[in-house]
Amino acid sequence: MVRRKTLELLESAADAQQLTDSPTSQWRLTLRRFRERKSGMIGLWIVIVLILIAFFAPIIAPFPPNEVLIGKEAGVGPRDKPCVHLFGCDPEKPQHIMGTDGNVRDEFSRIVFGSRVSLTLGFFTVTIALLVGSLIGAIAGYAGGWFDNMMMRIMDVILGFPSLLLAIAIVAVLGPGLQNALIAIAIVSIPAYARVMRSQVLSIKESDYVSASRALGASPLSILVRRVVPNALTPLVVLATLGVATAILEAAGLSFLGLGAQPPTAEWGTMLAQERNNVFTSPQLVFFPGLAIMITVLGFNLMGDGLRDALDPSLNK
Amino acid sequence: MLSFIIRRTLYAIPVLLGIVVVVFILIRAIPGDPCTSLLGERATPEACERFNEANGLNDPVIVQLGIYMKNVFTFNLGESIKTSQPVTDLLVERLPTTTELAMSALFIAIVAGVPLGILAARKHNTGVDAATMAFANVGVSMPVFWLGLMLAYLFAIVLKDTPFSLPPSGRLTAGVFSTPYYEVWGWNLQEGTFWASLNEYISNHIIFNSFITAQWSVWWDAVRHLILPAIALATIPLAIIARITRSSLLEVMNKDYIRTARAKGGSETRVVTHHALRNAMLPVITIIGLQLGLLLGGAVLTETVFRLAGIGTALYDAITGRDYAVVQGFTVIVAAIYVIVNLLVDLSYGYLDPRIRVK
Repeated sequence: MVRRKTLELLESAADAQQLTDSPTSQWRLTLRRFRERKSGMIGLWIVIVLILIAFFAPIIAPFPPNEVLIGKEAGVGPRDKPCVHLFGCDPEKPQHIMGTDGNVRDEFSRIVFGSRVSLTLGFFTVTIALLVGSLIGAIAGYAGGWFDNMMMRIMDVILGFPSLLLAIAIVAVLGPGLQNALIAIAIVSIPAYARVMRSQVLSIKESDYVSASRALGASPLSILVRRVVPNALTPLVVLATLGVATAILEAAGLSFLGLGAQPPTAEWGTMLAQERNNVFTSPQLVFFPGLAIMITVLGFNLMGDGLRDALDPSLNK
Repeated sequence: MLSFIIRRTLYAIPVLLGIVVVVFILIRAIPGDPCTSLLGERATPEACERFNEANGLNDPVIVQLGIYMKNVFTFNLGESIKTSQPVTDLLVERLPTTTELAMSALFIAIVAGVPLGILAARKHNTGVDAATMAFANVGVSMPVFWLGLMLAYLFAIVLKDTPFSLPPSGRLTAGVFSTPYYEVWGWNLQEGTFWASLNEYISNHIIFNSFITAQWSVWWDAVRHLILPAIALATIPLAIIARITRSSLLEVMNKDYIRTARAKGGSETRVVTHHALRNAMLPVITIIGLQLGLLLGGAVLTETVFRLAGIGTALYDAITGRDYAVVQGFTVIVAAIYVIVNLLVDLSYGYLDPRIRVK
């Protein structure tokens, strides 16, 4: 009896030994948890496919995005209905799987090239907001005192405006255009990053290992870069992924109002806005760009949610 | 509680002041000289000088800011450069449309979102849960303007000759008018007084006005015009509310006191409604308050799609038309509404959860 008990103990000790022998790193655990969640994986795949489409746009798209086809192709006209030969469309007619737009350009090619604009815009906006926001948050949190107070009150004021309205006002100041829309959306999303970074800094600042670094004579900058930033990365990555979704949606909104990308840029919001008055006769020209926006935003949202769940240590099994 | 209210209210004041200052700076940063935009490109320097003098544009910026602050807080928002209409009059005309739109959208979002969230939580890890969350994920990713246009196409064209057809634009069918209640009831209002403006403002809430005066055909017409924009605007808040309700309820259902309530032998429905929901609703209420910003921003897009004359379209027209006084006045009002609603949400939170008041 005693022997069996001892054996069991030994066995469990061996199990424990085995566990420590092949340590599951935080990253591997995160990866495993991310892969367990179906919705996150769907989001990741949507994003991967979109990036591929954007990268290979010239190969995928049958026409250049701004090529006016009238006179170049027989039987083509403005706002032709979608025509796919495979699905029984008259072989006499030119094939345009999403039809043509009001300027007789191939809608499908424009949608494909539009992915480049939206993805670039999403990534750049978030990068700017992330860099500026976390810098403000890090300095404010680390310095404390009046600087912290002032910065956070400024952030409160920015958050005091509905974000799309503030973006509209900023674009009005800077002038309409894709680049200015990008800047406007970056500015309105700075406070979120600043706040997250600041709260991370505040909690990490008091930890023992930071005190130890300080005692060893590390400069504030090196503590910030080597101790604080790596710890704050997790929530920022989640915020940034979800931020891409918001940025793309807001940019499309601005473009829809005529404040973002200007024609003839193949941008989904602009394409939709240009054809909105024809929605009752050619709904497909509104339907496809909007669908593209929705799928893209959905992809980043799902991926962001999946990342958040996977990175949440409280869900450790 | 009182000290909590005072503290939280005092905290909102610098934010409001900051907003007024930011709007002031933004307006002055807009390229273009107010004089040439108002008097035309060929205005003489003398005329411009007179104009600047008359409008206080020659004063030091800090003095201008002071005068502007005083005007804002005495509710004198200036006149539209384009129409010479006082901004407050424009507000009386336009704000009610947006209010009714935003309120209907919020109503739809709550009435559909909360039960959906509860349903998903009760059927956790089933097909119902998965379907609800898929719906919510699509909902938060929806471009409002696209959904609006698609709904307009569906209900105005595809379902044209069915009983489900709905008007795709405008506030009322042409030829239908809502008679203000003060005229119906024969009130004698002095033109130009605050009392008259207030009554006009209230009566511009067409659904409300036609309801209290029993103009049922007008009421029904107004409601039908508002259904599509309200649904479009409600989608994102609805999805967010459903998600928060679900996760909040799931968390509460794991608490010890729920186990105790179950052990006491109450039915599952009773446990959910009496014990879980009350506590699960706290984060939901915060989220509902926060949706207001989304609604106000989304209103610009929704009103544009459905051609509604609300503050969203007014603000958009003013910004693109460089109508500074209108932009200034409306932005301040919208931001103030936003800050005040957030303040109220915080206060209600403190009321519902006594722990918040202490810190």
